[in-house]
Amino acid sequence: MSKLTPKEVLLNPLFNNNPIALQMLGICSALAVTTNLNTALVMSIALTLVCGFSSLFVSLIRSQIPSSIRMIVQVVIIASLVIVVDQTLKAFAYSLSKQLSVFVGLIITNCIVMGRAEGFAMQNPPMLSFLDGIGNGLGYSAVLIAVGVVRELFGAGKLFGAPVLPLVTDGGWYQPNGLLLLPPSAFFLIGFLIWGLREWKKGQVEKNQFKMAPQVTKEAF
Amino acid sequence: MEHYLSLFVRAVFVENMALAFFLGMCTFIAISKKVETAIGLGVAVVVVQTITVPLNNLVFHTFLADGALAWAGLPDVDLSFIGLLSFIGIIAATVQILEMLLDKYVPSLYNALGVFLPLITVNCAIMGGVLFMVERDYTFSESVVYGMGSGFSWGLAIALLAAIREKLKYSDVPEGLQGLGITFITIGLMSLGFMSFSGVQL
Repeated sequence: MSKLTPKEVLLNPLFNNNPIALQMLGICSALAVTTNLNTALVMSIALTLVCGFSSLFVSLIRSQIPSSIRMIVQVVIIASLVIVVDQTLKAFAYSLSKQLSVFVGLIITNCIVMGRAEGFAMQNPPMLSFLDGIGNGLGYSAVLIAVGVVRELFGAGKLFGAPVLPLVTDGGWYQPNGLLLLPPSAFFLIGFLIWGLREWKKGQVEKNQFKMAPQVTKEAF
Repeated sequence: MEHYLSLFVRAVFVENMALAFFLGMCTFIAISKKVETAIGLGVAVVVVQTITVPLNNLVFHTFLADGALAWAGLPDVDLSFIGLLSFIGIIAATVQILEMLLDKYVPSLYNALGVFLPLITVNCAIMGGVLFMVERDYTFSESVVYGMGSGFSWGLAIALLAAIREKLKYSDVPEGLQGLGITFITIGLMSLGFMSFSGVQL
């Protein structure tokens, strides 16, 4: 691996190597908490912090961890950080933490955090790992917030709970699309997002496993 | 009995782990290219889920819940904040023990499950099932049924998705949508289909 500059480490995960769109990591929570922007934002902040600090701590003690138990050490570090986040949320934003329900706890099993700790922080110095964690957290947040905006704006006509598009039921003109608040829409939105991103960055397109055989006519033989 | 049956059906169809709660998505997408491997993973998840959810239920109610340590003479102790850490520990330990037991006594099953067993530790569906069990305050017998049902729901979903993807690889998908993109849209359609079960009550 060539030398990485801090800026590259921080910004690469945003579009070039997005954890959700390209690395296929951490999709679970990305879909469930995006019905409104509030929860999406809180979840993004929580994940970015946990990811950054877990990378930092794993990297700090990386030369002391015996490789046979490294997974357990990583999980314990991540779980402790998640407990801190969970308790903070319960103390200062109780209703929000009720809305997020199990998904804060699920940051522990979020593959992004684990993947960065294992894939990057174990080989790199603390500061760089911290930036890498934050960068991947931001890449995740970008997708989460994009999906959150679309779902809340077009599904309920609101942003952050404040009405933006006046609804028909309140005498306005916007007929909300209820489907966007239901689970399936999250899959469609992420699917389209990936499509858009790959049209823009052609290098990310996956090769088709099979090609359509060219149409053969009788004359060819 | 009816109560348990209804809980099972709800866990499998209405509250499908993968399609309604988006849990275990990473493995769900990565390991759904072939039906056989998908079914193998599905079975592993059912087994682990059926063991870990009741086990965590026991641990939570005997050690961690508010006032649960009364039997040890500590009625005021509330250890529930440490729950997350102990759940993930129990899941990891169960998977490890299960792996060793299977290797020793049922090598054929061990070989069939292969690399999937360790992967299950970080599967959000397992952790999610445990957290839902705590949040909804299930009793021990309910948690057995819920564990089995939620594991089965995930296995069912991944087997179905794998079957669709096996057919899908012969189709002509637009370039940018190949692979991950079309998979998401397929899952979206499946999820839409499963939504028709919502409202089914036994």
